[in-house]
Amino acid sequence: MFDTFILILDSTVRLSTPLLLACLAGLYSERAGVVDIGLEGKMLGAAFGAGAVGYLTGNAWAGLLAGIAVSIGLALIHGFASITNRGNQIVSGVAINFLAAGLTALLGQTWFRQGGRTPPLPEGGRFENIELPFAEAMRDVPLIGQIYSELLSGHNILVYIAFAAVPITWWVLFRTRFGLRLRAVGENPAAVDTAGISVIWLRYRAVIVCGMLCGVAGSYLSIAQSSGFITNMTAGKGFIALAALIFAKWQPLNAMLACLLFGFLDAVAIRLQGQELPGIGEVPVQFFQALPYILTVILLAGFIGKAIPPKAAGVPYTKERT
Amino acid sequence: MSAGQLPRWVDYGLIPVLNLVAAFLVSGLVVILIGESPIEAVQILLWGSLGFGEGIGFTLFYATNFIFTGLAVAVAFHAGLFNIGGEGQAYIGGLGVAWACLLLDHYVPWWVTMPLAVAGAALMGAAWAFIPAWLQATRGSHVVITTIMFNFIAASLMVYLLVNVMSEPGSMQPETRTFEDGGRLPFLNDMMPWVDFGTAPVNFSLILAILACIAVWLIIWRTRLGYEIRSFGANASAAVYAGIDPVRTIIITMLISGALAGMMAINEIMGSQHRLLIEFVTGYGFVGIAVALMGRAHPVGIVLAAILFGMLYQGGAELSFEIPAITRDMIVVIQGLVILFAGALEHMFRPFLIQAFAVGRGAAAQAG
Repeated sequence: MFDTFILILDSTVRLSTPLLLACLAGLYSERAGVVDIGLEGKMLGAAFGAGAVGYLTGNAWAGLLAGIAVSIGLALIHGFASITNRGNQIVSGVAINFLAAGLTALLGQTWFRQGGRTPPLPEGGRFENIELPFAEAMRDVPLIGQIYSELLSGHNILVYIAFAAVPITWWVLFRTRFGLRLRAVGENPAAVDTAGISVIWLRYRAVIVCGMLCGVAGSYLSIAQSSGFITNMTAGKGFIALAALIFAKWQPLNAMLACLLFGFLDAVAIRLQGQELPGIGEVPVQFFQALPYILTVILLAGFIGKAIPPKAAGVPYTKERT
Repeated sequence: MSAGQLPRWVDYGLIPVLNLVAAFLVSGLVVILIGESPIEAVQILLWGSLGFGEGIGFTLFYATNFIFTGLAVAVAFHAGLFNIGGEGQAYIGGLGVAWACLLLDHYVPWWVTMPLAVAGAALMGAAWAFIPAWLQATRGSHVVITTIMFNFIAASLMVYLLVNVMSEPGSMQPETRTFEDGGRLPFLNDMMPWVDFGTAPVNFSLILAILACIAVWLIIWRTRLGYEIRSFGANASAAVYAGIDPVRTIIITMLISGALAGMMAINEIMGSQHRLLIEFVTGYGFVGIAVALMGRAHPVGIVLAAILFGMLYQGGAELSFEIPAITRDMIVVIQGLVILFAGALEHMFRPFLIQAFAVGRGAAAQAG
């Protein structure tokens, strides 16, 4: 029983990682007042870039850089549309999701001719799991040993990066000058402008950080979790991350908890597939798939606290009226 | 009117055309990138969508879907709401259509089933829009986020229903049984013997779509409700001050919007597939956003934009058949670019045009 539990938690960590990275990405963007429903598209683009370059170079780090570059490119399109041109941020996000879905499949087929996938990664093209020191030796220690060697050890570097990004994000947002300004620009851009700080440049930086993190999230899917890119491999994870962001009320630590919860639901759903639960019977897997969204809607309805978005989120900043 | 404003024909004619041209130019670059000729691609696309009867039939069939989802987004736009849940509302609307057809198809002719199927589609679509609408109106939670969530909840619910509840006994396919003649709308090909749409499934729904356009025009521009919707969209606080009930306006607008999205299912389910199946919506709801944007939320514009997207769908299918290197994913790319340029980058050319017109006016004033 305990073993099973540890195994579920272990896969929870793996499944939460891309959600967490994308969720933190959205956090930077939305805290700066740029709503981003293009997380999904950026992740997908990054997954493709990482898978393609990882295959061609056989170097996981090169793959990761490519993934981040693709994602930042898409993020800059979003920035150009929604910051420079003051376009509708939702529409821009939808466009990016379409572009990423279409281009990855089209270019994947053109370049690799395997129906849109990238070929399996060669040796070194994938981030391998890291055994923490003494993981093997601790394995037989009851409880602590299992937690250490199964749950904490044996993940790839991107998992550790994702969880390290949580305190870093907290520190950046709440303990640095950049973070203070970033939050201010999402609440009251006019005040930031009055203080002589460029709203546009601040928002662009937020969008670029968002692109970077989405890039890591997407790369994780294609060159860490699996070995190669598959068409539409994000499968809605960007939207679950968006749900987690709202569920977390735009707070970094809550974001981690929300992503772990949603990852846990996913892990349980995989575990329970086709199994009878005592007293309840078989729970349909679709129920677990819908649960993150249902929970978020219940939260939005105000039954679990209240989610208040940054005040200026979604509103383009107009410096002066002409 | 200050010198910065543009004439109406520029706002409603030139800017959308420029945006579209930009989107197609970038699409052309993508075609070059994958090593094919864009000129040839355009020729095949045009011929495939408009060059022969069957092609036109398919174009109109796809356009029917886009008219419904485009109207759905447009109605919400007029109230300043952004309904991106058309995808889920259309999907759930399919339930209403299927129930009417499964219940009646053995007993009555299609024209008896149809009103019930339309009502079912509209009711289910509206019902699926109700909770997001209610949350927006009373709790202030943003309708964009809740409708996205409801798209995914709809997808899970429909898979569950089709796999576990509604599928034919003994069948492994996640779909209902095929409707009999009483649950099928007639194809235009059979209704109008003088046209030849070949095997294209364009059907009676096209007429329903045109009627929906007229109805939307009447509601938005010729009724008190429409006036309230537009006032609320133009300036919510002024509308509330003028005595317009915001809760009522938001909820009614979203119900109309959801009903229109739900009616898309009539075309797919009762008009073409003749059974309820999973994933029959596949992006039509999202493309409705582009249709509404390009059509400037006006029924006439929406019909034109819907035909354009219908051409892309049908021409794109033909294109992937003629040039296998250009897969159907190219259509998704073009859609993305159209949404980007016609939607998010809508105002990109504005500053240039305003300058150009200001210069022109200055010259005219001097000459005069």
